[in-house]
Amino acid sequence: METIEHDIVIVGGGAAGLRAAIAAAEVSPQLSIALVSKVYPMRSHTVSAEGGAGAAVGGDDSLDLHAFDTIRGSDYLADQDAVEVFVAESPGEIVQLEHWGCPWSREPDGTIAVRAFGGMSVNRTVFAADKTGFHLLHTLFQTSLKYERIVRHDEFFVTSLLVEDGRCAGVAAIDLLDSEVRCITAKAVILCTGGCGRIFSFTTNAAINTGDGMALAYRAGVPLEDMEFVQYHPTGLPGTGILMTEASRGEGGYLVNNEGRRFLEDYIPSKMELGPRDILSRAIIQEIEKGHAFQGPYGEYVHLDVRHLGERTIDTKLPFVRELVRDFVGIDPVHEPIPVRPVVHYMMGGVDTDLVGRTRLPGLYAAGEAACVSINGANRLGSNSLSECLVFGARVGRKAAEDALDAQPVPGNPVARLAESEQERLVGSYLEKDGGRERIAAIRRDLQAALEKGAGVFRTEESLRDAVMAVRALRERYRAISLDDRGRAFNTELVAALELDNMLDVAETIVTSGLVRRESRGSHTRRDHAVREDDRFLKHSLAFATTDGPRIEYSDVTITRWPPAERKY
Amino acid sequence: MAEETMTLRVTRYRPERGPDSYLDEFDVPYREDMVVLDALNHIKDDIDGSLTYRWSCRMGVCGSCGMMVNGMPRLTCSTYLREFHPEPVVIEPLESFPVIRDLVVDMTDFLEKLREVKPWVIREREDAVEEGEYLQTPEEVDRYKQFSMCINCMLCYSACPVYAQDPEFLGPAAIALASRYNLDSRDQGRSERDEVLGVDTGIWDCTFVGECSVVCPKDVDPAAAIQRTKVSTTTRGMLAAVWPHRGRR
Ligand SMILES: Cc1cc2nc3c(=O)[nH]c(=O)nc-3n(C[C@H](O)[C@H](O)[C@H](O)COP(=O)(O)OP(=O)(O)OC[C@H]3O[C@@H](n4cnc5c(N)ncnc54)[C@H](O)[C@@H]3O)c2cc1C
Ligand code: SF4
Ligand code: FES
Repeated sequence: METIEHDIVIVGGGAAGLRAAIAAAEVSPQLSIALVSKVYPMRSHTVSAEGGAGAAVGGDDSLDLHAFDTIRGSDYLADQDAVEVFVAESPGEIVQLEHWGCPWSREPDGTIAVRAFGGMSVNRTVFAADKTGFHLLHTLFQTSLKYERIVRHDEFFVTSLLVEDGRCAGVAAIDLLDSEVRCITAKAVILCTGGCGRIFSFTTNAAINTGDGMALAYRAGVPLEDMEFVQYHPTGLPGTGILMTEASRGEGGYLVNNEGRRFLEDYIPSKMELGPRDILSRAIIQEIEKGHAFQGPYGEYVHLDVRHLGERTIDTKLPFVRELVRDFVGIDPVHEPIPVRPVVHYMMGGVDTDLVGRTRLPGLYAAGEAACVSINGANRLGSNSLSECLVFGARVGRKAAEDALDAQPVPGNPVARLAESEQERLVGSYLEKDGGRERIAAIRRDLQAALEKGAGVFRTEESLRDAVMAVRALRERYRAISLDDRGRAFNTELVAALELDNMLDVAETIVTSGLVRRESRGSHTRRDHAVREDDRFLKHSLAFATTDGPRIEYSDVTITRWPPAERKY
Repeated sequence: MAEETMTLRVTRYRPERGPDSYLDEFDVPYREDMVVLDALNHIKDDIDGSLTYRWSCRMGVCGSCGMMVNGMPRLTCSTYLREFHPEPVVIEPLESFPVIRDLVVDMTDFLEKLREVKPWVIREREDAVEEGEYLQTPEEVDRYKQFSMCINCMLCYSACPVYAQDPEFLGPAAIALASRYNLDSRDQGRSERDEVLGVDTGIWDCTFVGECSVVCPKDVDPAAAIQRTKVSTTTRGMLAAVWPHRGRR
């Protein structure tokens, strides 16, 4: 088996992974940095982000205000020390990206422009029209090409962490070209593998968002934090789940029910369309339940109306919205309202890390959507995620680089043996497995349906308990899967099977954490426990892997300057 | 009511089974709002899990899903079956690239070309972050914006007759990317990039067929980038001859 040696291995080439790679490269020219990604970096899901990146750069803004909005938006579950670091370093990251060429939208005087976003009390979202993630990702990718010491392993799928003597010392990854495992050793491994929206049937997330990094860490004994908090974005296109960015409301768009009324006046009159996502998603579901929604082939929906903004504003500020609606709905939002419904969008939870991205396992780090620092608590504010990827990507890159410079060499032989047994497992359990007749897609569809049903915008004891049982039953069925594809060249069915394995583990942590959090907070809304209960649940949940499924523990939330209060808008 | 179906003829190629590719035929349920990628996913999920292709965002922005659809390079996530219904539709891997498996092509050469044009901001002096942003007016952004919209889908390479003949040719997207940085008011790297663009296999290889701009799903207009670069390298070359320190910045 081939062993590839590096000082640092970064798994993931999205915003967080690329930012980490560049930060690490700038620490020392001596470091060899691997960027391992299951897709070419510019295909990473960051590319889909539309609206913008939050940072207190406007004249009427302040770090404290950004921090407060974030903490209130999180329903007081964010760690306030993390939020303080985050708001303090975001503006610098925005400028750094600007220096690297990101085509941020500008004011007439040439300074960086900001727009309004949900839950933010002033204009603070930096944007590149409504293709912010696309521009940000390509800027980072292109800038990374400058550094020879960043070595890419494109289309390598990481299947497990190599943990030797209590340290993470590398990863086992299959090269898609030949489906052979490579042993990639490193003194520091950083997971930047993004979210897991694909666990649900109706999602804005790309096909690759299967929670791989979360599952890798979880199996290696690192807890997953706050997994019950799944963000539903209020405005997805029915059917495809394609996102209509919050910027469409930031620029002045309305949400309207089948009576032609801006129904948010009944729910959050002070903020209306600029309320936070959890509150807006609940409002839309309640409108649907009251019979105030439109009926369509892909379920009930309300209207997002941007017509009054006019063609010019739409074309300069929301060109992608227009393009997407034309291409995928077949109507022109300049002339017609857009059908939308709440859609799974983002994971607040993830791999438990400290402020520099370290996990509890020495040698293992995480950042980006895969991680939980936690700045998002029970509900993320739109546009905080891209900034989070930049700030904590940079932090983890620098920290891992410093640690790698000090670390002892990796014990090569034992680690290579771990990778060899991983190869045997893949061959035995998948490529040359006999028997079984379950199709991957069938299990995946049932998993997605179970999560959609049990862990939706509104949840109950019963719905979550059913979902826990359903996931366990699917885990049993998974044992009987069988691949059509036994070839070694670019075996995407093998990858899909391994992704499904990860999705099952991550799904189990979501529904189990949700079941035992018997309160409503942020995105986690229990019909049977409708109020927030700080006495019992002003706590992070931590899901640890055991042979009988997740064991849930709790840890304290760090409060610095903003004592928990009722979340009022 | 019987379900409406549609036939897909798909190129298969498995290196383990010898050097030849063949066409496989599948019938898939048809709906008005289905894109080609939905049909491929239906095949993979429910009929033949070994069908191999790339995709991810299914919203026309990640650039992974380019294939030949009835002979034209297209993004399969944004191409509706209704365009072809009820006739069968033929799906092949992107032309002019080596094929790895079924509909998956080798992108190594393309990636190398992107890197060759030095697609990053080059400056004599980089300001510290604390000094704030470089100012750039909306008009200055507009100058390079179009060339910054490339999603690296490679459709233009597939359509380009020059690249088909001469794989050394830098190609449309890479030249557009070089222009994107050359036209950016923050960048001072034009002369370094001109060294790559100015050679035979750079811009001068292009014979202005313009197919690249026709197939580009993001209106990047790489043909315009090539045209502009030809004009500006010529004039700057001439200026440099009479006035040696012009043409460099
Ligand atoms: C449609 C949409 C719009 C959004 N808009 C905004 C917005 O406007 N503002 C905002 O702040 N946020 C937005 N978000 C959220 C934000 O885009 C994401 O949270 C963020 O981009 C995640 O970046 P990341 O670097 O953590 O992961 P990703 O960009 O998802 O990258 C993950 C990387 O990990 C790699 N990877 C994963 N598993 C493996 C494995 N097993 N082996 C090898 N490699 C692996 C992948 O190849 C990929 O390179 C949006 C999200 C969506 C879905
Ligand atoms: S220029 Fe257009 S066709 Fe060519 S790679 Fe870029 S987006 Fe695709
Ligand atoms: S799947 Fe991303 S462009 Fe088609």
